[in-house]
Amino acid sequence: MSTRAKPSIAGRLSLRAVRRHAAWIVILLMSALFVLFLIPAVLAAEAPKPPALKAGVFDPPRMAPDFTLKGSNGKELRLSQYKGKVVLLGFGFTSCTEVCPVTLDTLAKARKSLGPAAEDVQVLYITVDHERDVPERMKAYLRGFDPTFIGGSGTAAELAAVRKNYGVQAEKRPAGDDYSYAHSSSTFIIDRSGRLRAQMLYGHSPNDYAHDLKLLLKE
Amino acid sequence: MRAGSMALLAVAGVIAGTLSWAALAPITSDSRDKVFEIPKGTWSRRVSGDKVEILPDHIRLTLGVRDTLVLRNLDDVPQTFGPTLMMPGQSFRLPFERAAEYQFACTAHASGQMTIVVHPHPDTPWARVLWRARNFSDKLRS
Repeated sequence: MSTRAKPSIAGRLSLRAVRRHAAWIVILLMSALFVLFLIPAVLAAEAPKPPALKAGVFDPPRMAPDFTLKGSNGKELRLSQYKGKVVLLGFGFTSCTEVCPVTLDTLAKARKSLGPAAEDVQVLYITVDHERDVPERMKAYLRGFDPTFIGGSGTAAELAAVRKNYGVQAEKRPAGDDYSYAHSSSTFIIDRSGRLRAQMLYGHSPNDYAHDLKLLLKE
Repeated sequence: MRAGSMALLAVAGVIAGTLSWAALAPITSDSRDKVFEIPKGTWSRRVSGDKVEILPDHIRLTLGVRDTLVLRNLDDVPQTFGPTLMMPGQSFRLPFERAAEYQFACTAHASGQMTIVVHPHPDTPWARVLWRARNFSDKLRS
């Protein structure tokens, strides 16, 4: 003999109530689900903080490889001479019509925006074109941007060795009767202690440079 | 109300709820870092002829969500990784603040080039739905 338990009066009432208000119950459940997702998301939104520097940062920083080249100021150019200053180190060539003028103009504007603190910032620009970029030519070219900028010239082997140490690419390409260079366009940022701290990719504004320089000058 | 109608209503509710969440809930992440590592022994493997691909040709980032590229060299030799040279044990943290397509020379790729596409922060409901759909599809593929 099978026995089938009948739902109690209270059970039947609640089942009826569920059926009658089904739509409301579904909406209520969905709202609860939505709030359940939303609240943790809003709380998490405030957690991540942006990195301190605008440039790409090396961790841990290594000592910036030293070099000895011919300076556009007529003296020997060694990176280690500039310990105590923040150095912006770039690579390019004076016949460059696209990347170098933009980078150098950006660096000049960034330096100018620092006011008296700019005294502690040195821009060094090393040529990738050993044939044309003799110190005199580098001097005349860089003076157009900022007379404090110093260029570095040298033999093909000397310049290639510096590029290798910094991971800089440069490739000579024919351009009609002339030639040009395709080269890396980043600027390296070296702190007062001579450590290679950061690498700013091409395209950043003078304000971005000034932002990072101010932080590094405070150290 | 019949059981069939209730089930239909429930399905519609779930879809509406999911879409509402996808459109309205802010997009967040625990970390803004997109990390790529060169494992120890990569150089030896390359020298012995193994084709080792660590970085994809295209990397997608989103401002305010995952907008910092972190490269780590865990190998024993210096590595040129994307736009930078890293010493063994060194990492390079590269933040992006502008939505654009960036192209770098990269010796780690057969094409010699790496592209990083930085998308704007998905601010509108529709952009959030698209971002989540794309993210979900990326996760399924990886």
